[in-house]
Amino acid sequence: MRTRMTLALAFAVSAGMATAAEIPPTGVSYEDGAVAASLSGTPGNVDEGRKIVGSKKLGNCVACHAVSDLADVPFHGEIGPPLDGAADRWSEAELRGIVANAKMMFDGTMMPSFYKTEGFIRPGKAYTGKAADDTFGPLLSAQQIEDVVAYLSTLKE
Amino acid sequence: MNKYNKIATLVGVWALSSSAAMAGPADDTLVLNEETEMVTRTAAPAHLSDVMDEVISGWHFRGVETRAMQADDFDNPGMIFVEQAQEAWDTADGSEGKSCASCHDGTESMAGVKAVYPKWNEAAGAVRTLEMQINDCRETRMGAEAWDYTGGTMQNMVALIASVSRGMPVNVAIDGPAQSTWEQGKELYYTRTGQLEMSCANCHEDNYGNMIRADHLSQGQINGFPVYRLKNTKLNSVHARFKGCVRDTRAETYKPGSPEFIALELYVASRGNGLSVEGPSIRN
Ligand code: HEC
Ligand code: HEC
Repeated sequence: MRTRMTLALAFAVSAGMATAAEIPPTGVSYEDGAVAASLSGTPGNVDEGRKIVGSKKLGNCVACHAVSDLADVPFHGEIGPPLDGAADRWSEAELRGIVANAKMMFDGTMMPSFYKTEGFIRPGKAYTGKAADDTFGPLLSAQQIEDVVAYLSTLKE
Repeated sequence: MNKYNKIATLVGVWALSSSAAMAGPADDTLVLNEETEMVTRTAAPAHLSDVMDEVISGWHFRGVETRAMQADDFDNPGMIFVEQAQEAWDTADGSEGKSCASCHDGTESMAGVKAVYPKWNEAAGAVRTLEMQINDCRETRMGAEAWDYTGGTMQNMVALIASVSRGMPVNVAIDGPAQSTWEQGKELYYTRTGQLEMSCANCHEDNYGNMIRADHLSQGQINGFPVYRLKNTKLNSVHARFKGCVRDTRAETYKPGSPEFIALELYVASRGNGLSVEGPSIRN
């Protein structure tokens, strides 16, 4: 799987094309909760992903999950399972599906859907308490999801 | 390994980690001013029996020092605001030249009131919060201006009225004419709002005792309101708290005093039926 994607990417680059088309939040296809195709077409950056998972302003994943590798970030939550060893338990496609829309993998989960733009009740404009306006977008961009997936893929025990 | 095995493993790992790290409610007893033992944990009211066994005051989820501050009126900064309200209680205002005391005598006459609010008001044909009742007295009996719902003057008065019921069990009525409002509140409690798609229940029913980042989640009970928060050094109203929690789901909030928050307040108050009235309490 990973080989095929790398190949496709190599082809795109060699053919002198810009990055492969991004898949919009409404166009993601889930199979048993997993998403096989890269959302951005560009490989994720592990360091960026690590930042996103730990940052309150970005993914804020540590609000709910403890991650030993992020011991430098204070206060990890205990709402979800610790993410240590996540890559031993889940494939890259499964991790992508969980981060993009965890409700596809875990029915009714409290985990927010990070790559979704529709179907909300009273969506707001970030944390202002006001109604959403035309700046409304997914919690993380396609590339940020890929970065997070790349980072999670390093969490092996 | 198929998906289901993985989930089973996942649950295993999770259970292990949470039993190790979970802080849970503090094992402690709240005795007010060395005389009144407060009911801060008790059997859940019947209407909650399918979701939880025990209801627990937010007091148990705060740190040692915050808990101690609330046990003594001299240490409780909320009581300074109660004193300010005592002055307002006795001061005439409005076109009728009346004060609260003109109709109600001393504040002891309010003992038991906070415990049953929000409450159905026959004349109004609606459920009223204590703030609404206070403003009705001000406007129709005193000919005075309504106070801002979440403002200091109003919350000081709510705190004063709460303070004389401390130790009495919360006992809001959820049947009869209040029932449809209660049901509306229940619906709101379980609705997953905002871009984060979280309901009150996600945090306060499914995860109380767990940490969400730096916050120790309580059951979100309102028996201790208004609460004095060390963070903003003033009394905070129930509806301001609700607004903050809804905002934190990245949702468009409801307004303090709105029909939605009145209904939600009745429902959330009923989840604490049996706990002692504790207002004004202390939170971080
Ligand atoms: C509000 C809470 C919350 C937030 C925020 C959250 N998660 Fe989760 N997550 C959960 C819960 C709860 C589960 C367990 C699944 C279930 O509900 O059964 C979970 C499961 C997972 C899993 C699979 C569990 C494993 O390790 O085996 C991964 C991976 C994951 N989350 C990653 C993330 C990432 C990455 C982010 C941020 C971009 C994030 N989560 C943000 C609550 C959250
Ligand atoms: C994203 C998580 C989250 C959601 C969703 C949430 N809350 Fe909260 N709530 C908190 C946190 C964190 C606190 C502060 C710690 C505590 O007391 O639990 C809090 C505190 C409270 C308190 C103060 C309790 C006390 O003893 O001081 C009340 C009342 C409350 N919430 C009610 C609600 C209601 C009603 C809803 C739904 C409209 C709601 N919350 C939704 C996270 C949440």
